[in-house]
Formats: sequence, C-alpha cells, structure tokens
Amino acid sequence: MHGLINTAIQCFVRDTYGAATWAAVMRKTRLGIESFEAMLGYDPAVTDRVVAAAAFVLRRPAGMVLEDLGTFLVCSPATQALRRLLRFGGVGFVDFLHSLDDLPDRARLALPQFHLPLMELTEHDAQRYSLRCRTPVGGGGHIMLGLLRAMADDYGALATFEIRPGAGGEDVIAIHLAEEGFAEGRRFDLAAAVA
Amino acid sequence: MDGSDHPAGVALDPQAIDRLMPMHLCLAPDGTITGCGPTLRKLGGDGLAGRPFFDLFEVRRPGGIAGMADLSRRAGQRLYLALKGQGAAGLRGLAVPLAGGRGLILNLSFGVALLDAVRAFQLTDSDFAPTDLAVELLYLVEAKSAVMEELRQLNLRLQDATLAAEQRALTDTLTGLRNRRALDEALAEAIARRGPFALMHMDLDFFKAVNDTLGHAAGDHVLRTVARVLTAEMRQGDTVARVGGDEFVLLLPGPATPPQLRAVADRIIGGLTEPIAFEGRPCRISASIGITVATGAGRPDAATLQAEADAALYASKRAGRGRATMFGA
Repeated sequence: MHGLINTAIQCFVRDTYGAATWAAVMRKTRLGIESFEAMLGYDPAVTDRVVAAAAFVLRRPAGMVLEDLGTFLVCSPATQALRRLLRFGGVGFVDFLHSLDDLPDRARLALPQFHLPLMELTEHDAQRYSLRCRTPVGGGGHIMLGLLRAMADDYGALATFEIRPGAGGEDVIAIHLAEEGFAEGRRFDLAAAVA
Repeated sequence: MDGSDHPAGVALDPQAIDRLMPMHLCLAPDGTITGCGPTLRKLGGDGLAGRPFFDLFEVRRPGGIAGMADLSRRAGQRLYLALKGQGAAGLRGLAVPLAGGRGLILNLSFGVALLDAVRAFQLTDSDFAPTDLAVELLYLVEAKSAVMEELRQLNLRLQDATLAAEQRALTDTLTGLRNRRALDEALAEAIARRGPFALMHMDLDFFKAVNDTLGHAAGDHVLRTVARVLTAEMRQGDTVARVGGDEFVLLLPGPATPPQLRAVADRIIGGLTEPIAFEGRPCRISASIGITVATGAGRPDAATLQAEADAALYASKRAGRGRATMFGA
C-alpha cells in the first residue's frame, strides 16, 4: 500500500487532534515507527492497524474516523493540492461524479505505483447515482463518503449520501442530488497560483 | 482524397465549428479574418474579426510566411505562430483550405505554453474542446509538482537521517577500521574496567610523498593495505582505529610486557616497510610508533594516556622514524 494513504491519516489526526494524539495512535499500532512517508510503500496491513488504533484512541467507530478523513482531505489547507487535482475531474458535481471512474487511472498518471480502489458510478436518473468502491483497505468507502460530501460543498451542489455494504466486501454509496447549482461553490482556477 | 471516410463536403454550422475548434480562425482569400472561435476571442479581445490576419499574427516557423499565398502552400503542415505583442507565448496551428477557394480555416492550440496562457487569459475548462487534453496536461503539471515537492521533502529528511547516522557511525569508511569515536568509546571502557592495557599510536612515514607523487588513489590504496597489516596483527578484543589521515591507534587490552609490545610494533613496522604495489609501481612507506601502558593501578585518564603515546611517537620520529618507542623508557 502506498504511503500516501498512511500519511493522509497521519496528517488528519495530527492536524485535527494534535501531535500527542498521533503519537498515542502510533504507540497503539506497535509498528515501532513514529510517522509515515508519503512516497514510500508499506504493507496494506499497516493501514488497517493504523485505522484500528486511531478509532481506539479517538473512541469513535472506524467508519466515522475515515469519513472525517475524507472530508479533511478536501477541506484542509494542508491538502489543497489534492482538492485541486479532484476538481480537475469535472466542471460541475455531476461531471465530477462521472470522473470518479477515471480516478484510479488519473492517480496512476501522477504516481505509477499508486493503486486507488476501483470505483464505478451508476446513474439511475439525473438525481440518483450509486458509487461502488472496491477498496483493499477495510472501510475505504467511508473515506469516499466524507470526500464526496466535501466535494459537493466545494462545487456548491446540494446532495445527500448514504453508505451500505455491497456484495464481496465492496461499499456502495447512494447519492441523491437535490440541486447541482445550489450554492456558489468554491472558486477553481485551472492554473493555480505559482507555488 | 480517395480512401476518406467522410461524405463529400461536410457542412457545419458556426456553433458546431466553435465547439469542435474553439480556437479557429476563418481567413478570407485576401487574409481578412472573417470568423474566430470563442477562446481566441478571449485572447484577441473583440478586435480580431475584420482585421488582416498578418497584422495580428506572425508565423514564426516555417520561415518566410508573410501572406496568404505562403500560408496556402503550407496547408496541412504544423505551424508555429504568435499573437503580435503577446510576448513569447507561442501557438501551434494547422491551416486547411475551405471548399471552393473561399480562403482558409486555421485551427490553433497553445502547445507547451498552455499554463501561461490559462493564467494570462483566465481560461476555464469550457474554453477547450472536450476532446482536447489541455486540462489533463494542467492536471499532470500540478500532480507532478505535488509529487516532486513530496520527494524533495523526503530527500531532505533522508539527508538529515544519513548525516545523523554518519555521526553515530563507528567505522572509518575508507579502511573499514574503527574511527575516532569508536576508539574513544573503547578507551573509556578499558579505563572503566581498570584492567591493564596498552595503547599504541602509529603514524605513517613518507605517506605524504606517496600522495604527492602517485596521487590520492595510491594514497587510499596504501591506507587500505596498512589496515590489512594491522588487522592481521590484532587479537580478538583489540581495537584498531584510524584517527586521522595517516594516524592509527591500537588499543590492546590485557597484560603485556614492554618486550612483547615492542615485538608486536616491530612486526607491524616490518610489514609496512615492504613496498606496496599500486598499478605496477611501488609505494614505499614506513611507520613510527609510540607505546604507553596502563597498568590498572590508579585510574589513568584517556587524555593523559593519549598524550603519553603521542610523546613516545614523536620520540620515534625524532630518533629517525621506522621504529617504536615505549613511553618513559
């Protein structure tokens, strides 16, 4: 598993709950390390241990922790690069939803060894969609749930989401889009300010 | 053209052409711009239509295109153009003739100057044809920058870690012997054990001459050979350290009489006096050694012992090199 996901959890816990809480999570994992490197590889089992330890230390269900992580990834100033990369997916929220099918391929364009979970969007009608996520990490669909909620806000769309387990360990997120242009949304310029 | 799959004379309304090619220009046979795609209107303000093409654009490559006749001859070829007065931002283009000799249609794109153009003209996704990979290119530029920044940070952290590891290292990387740090630790340990031990300080003779005449590679080869000779003399538990350019210290725990220590030193000097071959040429060195002994009585301190060995070493040097001297003898 790519270190990006472990680093994302690290960044989320540290920024939201503080360095001491993150240190407690890492002690709980008994991995013998204090932090992760985004560009290195780790065993997928490591991610499961970190998620379980975070849920234990934060005294919250793992699904909720992961959902908050998804929201954090879009909203935090520390991860604006990711939010921008997601926004490249589409002009509006519906366009963005359809771009999720391509997300693993897009991620691999940037990082050839980075394998995102496969996602498949089904459009039932203009308001109703469902997204199936086949994630190697348990509960990965919850990250997508938090991420979708935050992206809907980012685009100014009004939508509700519901997650349920699907067949074969996959997560299915039901999306109900009430209004695509509900609010102004956050501004997105194709060319970012020069870093 | 034979083999074409198009029905002859495809007719498209202007909106369709705008969507297919948001950066096209229609040029009349006299070079007047008669139509222009919506994205190009953003670049040229409202003043494109009705103006002479060659007043507004320059064709940089191929050279020598100054009029419609030149442009017609280059129909179907890749062109490099620029809007006059827009600095260096270049455009790519392709001109094809319109049916019936009604002029040319010239389609443009940004090429590698895309990012600057998007910034300068505040372009959005809808300014590009849906088939255009411009937005994917922008995505890649950003993804690459983000990844490069992560890697840069990672490299900085690794560099720090390497430095820290080097500072903790106990080995001399050139010879594989112990280094000054390791010697200090071994000496402190020997003193703490209060057992008898001997300290030999050795300095190579004529080493500088080898370096100066045969080069540093020869010098390094000599140092590695010295390390082998020293290691061959050492017993389990002894410490051999390279503590400077051509300075070595041997820490020999256990009781030993001055004649025994001299014998060890003489064997080492004997070994080092043999010429060392480097690329077919002999390197001749020798060694001077100073020896001191800690008996275990009292509590010697490391600095005093090292100063004693050092003093004995200089006695050897003064007495003509290539020999060993016992401190206080």
